[in-house]
Amino acid sequence: MSELNQAGNSKKHMGLKAKQRLSNSLVYVMLVIISIVWLIPFVCIVLQSFRMESTGRVGYVIPQVWGLGNYTRLLETNFPRWYLNTLIIALVVAILQTIIVLCMSYTLSRFRFKIRKGLMQFMLILGMFPGILGMIILYRVLDDLGLTGLHAVPGLILVSVASSGMGYYVSKGFFDTIPKSLDEAARVDGANRMQVLNKIILPLSKPIVIYTVLTGFMGPWADFVFARYISQLKPLGMNVAVGLQSWLATDTMVHDNYTLFCAGGVVVALPVAILFMCLQKYYVEGVTGGAVKG
Amino acid sequence: MAPTFLFQEHLKGRSMKKYTELEYLRLSKGKKFLYRLLSSLASIPEKLWNGIKGIGRFFAKFFLGIVHSFANLGKTFVNGDWKTKLSYFIMGFGNISRGQVLRGLLFLLFEVVFIFYMVWPQGGLYWLKMLPSLGLQGPEKGYDEILDQHILIPHDNSFRILLYGVLTIFFIVAFVYTWRANIRQNEIAEKILASGKKLKSGKQDLHSLVDDNFHKTLLALPLTGIIVFTVMPIIFMVLVAFTNYDAQHNGYTNALFSWVGLEEFRTIFSWDVGGVNYAATFGEILTWTLIWAFFATFTNYFLGIFVAMMINKKGIKIKKLWRTILVLTIAIPQFISLLYVSKMFDKNGIVNGALQSLGLTTSAIDFWGTPSLARIMVIVINIWIGIPYVMLIATGILMNIPADLYESARIDGASGWKQFTKITLPYMLFITGPYLLTSFTSNMNNFNVIYLLTGGGPTNAAASGAAGAVGHTDLLITWLFKITTQNEPKYGLASVIGILVFLVVAIISLVVYSRLPSVKNEEDFQ
Repeated sequence: MSELNQAGNSKKHMGLKAKQRLSNSLVYVMLVIISIVWLIPFVCIVLQSFRMESTGRVGYVIPQVWGLGNYTRLLETNFPRWYLNTLIIALVVAILQTIIVLCMSYTLSRFRFKIRKGLMQFMLILGMFPGILGMIILYRVLDDLGLTGLHAVPGLILVSVASSGMGYYVSKGFFDTIPKSLDEAARVDGANRMQVLNKIILPLSKPIVIYTVLTGFMGPWADFVFARYISQLKPLGMNVAVGLQSWLATDTMVHDNYTLFCAGGVVVALPVAILFMCLQKYYVEGVTGGAVKG
Repeated sequence: MAPTFLFQEHLKGRSMKKYTELEYLRLSKGKKFLYRLLSSLASIPEKLWNGIKGIGRFFAKFFLGIVHSFANLGKTFVNGDWKTKLSYFIMGFGNISRGQVLRGLLFLLFEVVFIFYMVWPQGGLYWLKMLPSLGLQGPEKGYDEILDQHILIPHDNSFRILLYGVLTIFFIVAFVYTWRANIRQNEIAEKILASGKKLKSGKQDLHSLVDDNFHKTLLALPLTGIIVFTVMPIIFMVLVAFTNYDAQHNGYTNALFSWVGLEEFRTIFSWDVGGVNYAATFGEILTWTLIWAFFATFTNYFLGIFVAMMINKKGIKIKKLWRTILVLTIAIPQFISLLYVSKMFDKNGIVNGALQSLGLTTSAIDFWGTPSLARIMVIVINIWIGIPYVMLIATGILMNIPADLYESARIDGASGWKQFTKITLPYMLFITGPYLLTSFTSNMNNFNVIYLLTGGGPTNAAASGAAGAVGHTDLLITWLFKITTQNEPKYGLASVIGILVFLVVAIISLVVYSRLPSVKNEEDFQ
């Protein structure tokens, strides 16, 4: 009886192991398929950016004639200017937005003042209005200040920095996790509140600072709606998103600019993607923290 | 998780049949589901009513507060000394005469600036006076005798009037608030002096800005930005919804625009405006927006969890590589990836080329030209963009699920699927409930995916007469964008749509939020 049982058990055991091996190889197959699907578009962009024999779309992926012609052609267009515009916007926004977001989230996390709750509810409701709604008036106001069209860069910076305080959730969640006893200990030792922030909290906040800078820096590269409206499609005031999109506006343009677009896309995506990959750890921390805290 | 929350007071007295908890547990699975569905639907009006009551209470409290504080101001005036009394007219006088020069000067400066702004010829009073009419003299050509030609005579500008009118009202509110603060200061100062203590000096005031009042310093810049660049535009655009601001009435080159009350709201809910059925168009776009948001949210959610579980599975190697590959769609700016993918699936794109050369199809598939196909495609491609976020979030949470839960489930003989539906999914839903809600509402306003993939197309012939060349994949938000950027923009109509989007989002949030398990049964998993 007991022997029988044992035999049954070991058979079951082996079955489990084989089953696990089978399911693991199934998972591997799926992961490989997913990875291929995920990578195909990016591989295609890179390959097509080296295609020299034609500029339009073709039914094959691997170029017949390889070359860097599309990249050198980029230099003859407005692309360098768009790139510079976007880089300036991204750098300035990353710095200013981080300062504003940290001010906001630190205050809401650490201070208890009269309008705190009301303020947070108010911003929650404000966030329910579609952002595009205010576009018309912001355009007119910036236009009065002379910050549209050719001079859209400072205008875009102003718009994206000014309302960035609304995005305090993730970093507030982070500050909430730093024990308050640290603040209190420093206060007992005679530090004022600014010193607490500068000397105690900020040194502990490296992950969230990096997260905020990273998202602030990446946003402008993808900013499309406002950039398009505020630059009014004036070539020198556009950012890369608006500029590259304008190359594919019509079918004839697609025919002339397709490979050029691919090359531009690679030049834009490469540094941003590399930066992101290097700082991925911090991004993941921020995103997971933010989602769990709501 | 017994759904006890279904039996709470909000169901009492409804026309629907109500079960006790025991009766409910005896129901069959299908009936349970139906019952829960019906009871949540039945509770929506109640939820809305509670929301409205909440808003009503807020305003009642707000106005009572104002009345109360003005009553207090009267009392302070009667009881205060002459310094306090004079401060009612010369702001900061009390502060200065009691030695708090810095505060006093700031108050005084604010009052002087305010008065100058108000009485300036093109200042506050002027804008306020023009606000009800939004301008009298429209832009028209007058005959100039010296130049001997028709030139544009000086005219009002409705846009400026509305903008500066709103700004002036903001300014007045700020002034009244500061004025009240100035009087409160006197009241407090009198009390402090009466108790024999000393008032704070200017130096101490400055010092408190980095200490006790540090939050004010920190909030000053962010809040100013939000008020000027978010609150003000929203108020302005809400007001625009009650005007006829459009290409023909733009206040710059054509006629002025003016208040029209609910005219634009009526347009969007009417069957026939100049031969166009706006109500049907709006209904169709709203329906698609909700369908899109639903599928975009839940396909990403479940597939994302699925992928995260695959990567997390015991025995799977190079986890980091799989994650890094997936995260590429976050790392690369969306306009590049989405524009490229949109061209890939084009009639002349690579996908059709591949399909044809493999002999799978004879003629090109028009992915973006067929309404239902285009709709499916945007949802599918959105999976490509959206899964990585959910995967990242899910990975963290999955690792936090106590392993002994699975252990005991396995001992009890629960299958993998059972473990997923009974442990993993409830846990995930519990933790990520708020995320799901915000993800749903932000998908409703997911401009980038739709605009970069299809531009809203293919054109919806039935609704083509409506403003903005409506397409089959247009969301409310892209429709709004089209209406404001088309050749003949209709800003009034666009604002109405914006307000309606807000209402839909607010109602969904209100109804869903209180039903979230993490809000409702906070103790269940802790």
